Amino acid sequence: MSETSKAMRQSFGLRFASAAFLVFWCLIAAFPIFWITVMSFKSPRDAFADSPWDVIMGPATRAAGNGLSVLDIVAGLAVLFFAIRWGFTRLPGLVARYSPGGFIALGWLLGALIYALVFLLIFFGLLPLILDPLNSVFGPLGEPVLGLTTQHYVSVWAENEFYRNFLNSMLVTAGVVTISLTVGTLAGYGLARSGSDLAFWLLILALIFRALPHSVLVAGYLPWFINSAEILRPLFGEMSPTLYGQPWAVIAVLVAINQPFTIWMLRSFFQNIPAELDEAARVDGCSHFQAFRHVIMPVMWPGVITTGLFSFLLGYNDFLVTSLLLDAQNQTMVPAIAGYFNRETTTTDQVEAVAAAVSITAPLFLLVMVFQRQIVSGLTAGAVKG
Amino acid sequence: MNFKTFASFVGPSVFMMTLFIALPLVSVFLESFKVTQPVMQQVEVETCTPGFVGQTCVTALKTVPVIGEDGKTETITRWQGLQSYRSVLQMDKVWAAISSGNWGDILQIDFWKALRFTLMFTLVTLPLVIGVGLIIALTVNNASRAFRGPVIFVSLLPFIITPVIGSLSIYWLFVGDGILTAMMEHWTGTNISMFAQAWTIELLMYFYRVWHVAPFAFVIFYAGLQTVNMDTLESAVIDGASRLERLRHVIIPHLMPLIVFIALIHLMDSYRVFDEIIGFRSQAHVISLQWLTVDLLTPDDAGNRAVSRASASAMLTMIGIVLLLILPLRRTWRDHKGGAH
Repeated sequence: MSETSKAMRQSFGLRFASAAFLVFWCLIAAFPIFWITVMSFKSPRDAFADSPWDVIMGPATRAAGNGLSVLDIVAGLAVLFFAIRWGFTRLPGLVARYSPGGFIALGWLLGALIYALVFLLIFFGLLPLILDPLNSVFGPLGEPVLGLTTQHYVSVWAENEFYRNFLNSMLVTAGVVTISLTVGTLAGYGLARSGSDLAFWLLILALIFRALPHSVLVAGYLPWFINSAEILRPLFGEMSPTLYGQPWAVIAVLVAINQPFTIWMLRSFFQNIPAELDEAARVDGCSHFQAFRHVIMPVMWPGVITTGLFSFLLGYNDFLVTSLLLDAQNQTMVPAIAGYFNRETTTTDQVEAVAAAVSITAPLFLLVMVFQRQIVSGLTAGAVKG
Repeated sequence: MNFKTFASFVGPSVFMMTLFIALPLVSVFLESFKVTQPVMQQVEVETCTPGFVGQTCVTALKTVPVIGEDGKTETITRWQGLQSYRSVLQMDKVWAAISSGNWGDILQIDFWKALRFTLMFTLVTLPLVIGVGLIIALTVNNASRAFRGPVIFVSLLPFIITPVIGSLSIYWLFVGDGILTAMMEHWTGTNISMFAQAWTIELLMYFYRVWHVAPFAFVIFYAGLQTVNMDTLESAVIDGASRLERLRHVIIPHLMPLIVFIALIHLMDSYRVFDEIIGFRSQAHVISLQWLTVDLLTPDDAGNRAVSRASASAMLTMIGIVLLLILPLRRTWRDHKGGAH
């Protein structure tokens, strides 16, 4: 705000204090996440060492033969830098060129998948192969200085079959996002364009539903879900399913829990789209549904993406509903980590739990990186209208 | 838009909410007055142990559950009035504690212990979240533009992280000789264990919740700060208002609707406190109302779920949030009506 008048300018002390506070806040905000990431790469002795320097440098890990040399670090950072830059500059163009018209989302999904695979192959396959002989040539530069091991990730993902939980999480999350957006978009549009008393009372009711603790609802589901096979037998005969332990039953539950928030948010987005737009289409002879399909749908994506992000967070972060309604065979990631508590007797188990926790956080980190703008606009849209 | 089109647009959403929110509520309400127990019968059992000469046989009356034709124990469901509520609230113990003057004994009972923590958690974190969020928003607004993007990015991390994982990440910093506990021990020279008593765990929980929610408040206040009327602010300067007075009389009133919004959302969310109990593994010391219900719903060692008691506890939890929200909602309702006229 350099253009503001002299009277508004702040004293040096105030500006210094404000900047210092900001640095302090950023440190507090990032430190726990940064620290568990560091811990997850160390041997148990280093991860729970007393001195922070030992945790970062990992002497015991290095002594066990898992170390990185200066050369490794430089090469790794360089590959990382170029990979990220390429991902932000070239990848969007490639995706846009090669994905079939109208299926840009599918193209992105495939593009991201290929990108991740190639990156993993280069970073963990090709790089060590090149660097191993180089390290022995370069002498002091090739000596390991930083202890780092990926063994906990290997044991979490491969031996403990964490990928099953990951797939379950993805299934539940994808289901929650798709269904709650489909149902919520229709309802949000209807509510935004109706203006009747009924619409108003529906919104108030949704606000009250938003306040309900989830355990209250789960207490209502459990007896029915466990006995659903017997209850539904007169209707479906032998085909009647036991809803307890079914991912799609959990998806339905989470969609319902998410509906109040979704319809409030999408309603405020649709109110920002001028009503003249669909009225013009109606004059031209479209029905309400045709107007929605041909006029509103092409312009609603920013709002839908933002709302989808919050639905994603709800499905992905949920512990209470999934831990009570799913059984051990198809557990999602967040409740699965509670399974480590019971086994957490050795420090190795503890570091494995840390590695699992970091694995759960990594997709969220990427999400903030890509969608920061949408998240911020979504939060503020909800507040200003809500 | 006529009623029929409106209904077909809103229909699926209303159907989902009715089936999975409204009906379960009715079910919980009814379930809290019922109880399901296995049918017991008394049978004469003759147990024989090999002895010298002949067997020694003892006949005894035993109470065993009736096994149905399908091999499961038969159960019977009957109405039992307020019995579940009584066993959750344990009023007799409460009155005994009050009449004997040992008020602290009330907090030994699970429900009252959970209620105390839940309410205190909600009311302590509320002003902290608003205060910290406001300070971050003001300082970010003060920083140069180049820094704002990265600061917002870092600030969003605590907000977006899975609550269980977030509280675990703080738990690991303090558990045993975790890095921060070791640091505090180094400074004070005493042996500190953060998870051995209730009050330190509670402090960490308050800290975690403020860390987790303050970014949300910050982003909203930051957006609100962008729309502060500069003319009003400058005329306040001309009138000789100090920085603090400007904050108090221009900026805060401008942000008031947002503060109310955040308070409302925070009341709803922090009354639901649950994930922290899991992350900090504090069930032996600190429990919340939601955790109590979930604990009753989790199968015990024999595989039984205390559904009727859980329903009673759920209903009591719900009454609590209704009471807590009535005041703010009435206020916004009055503001809304006042604004309309």
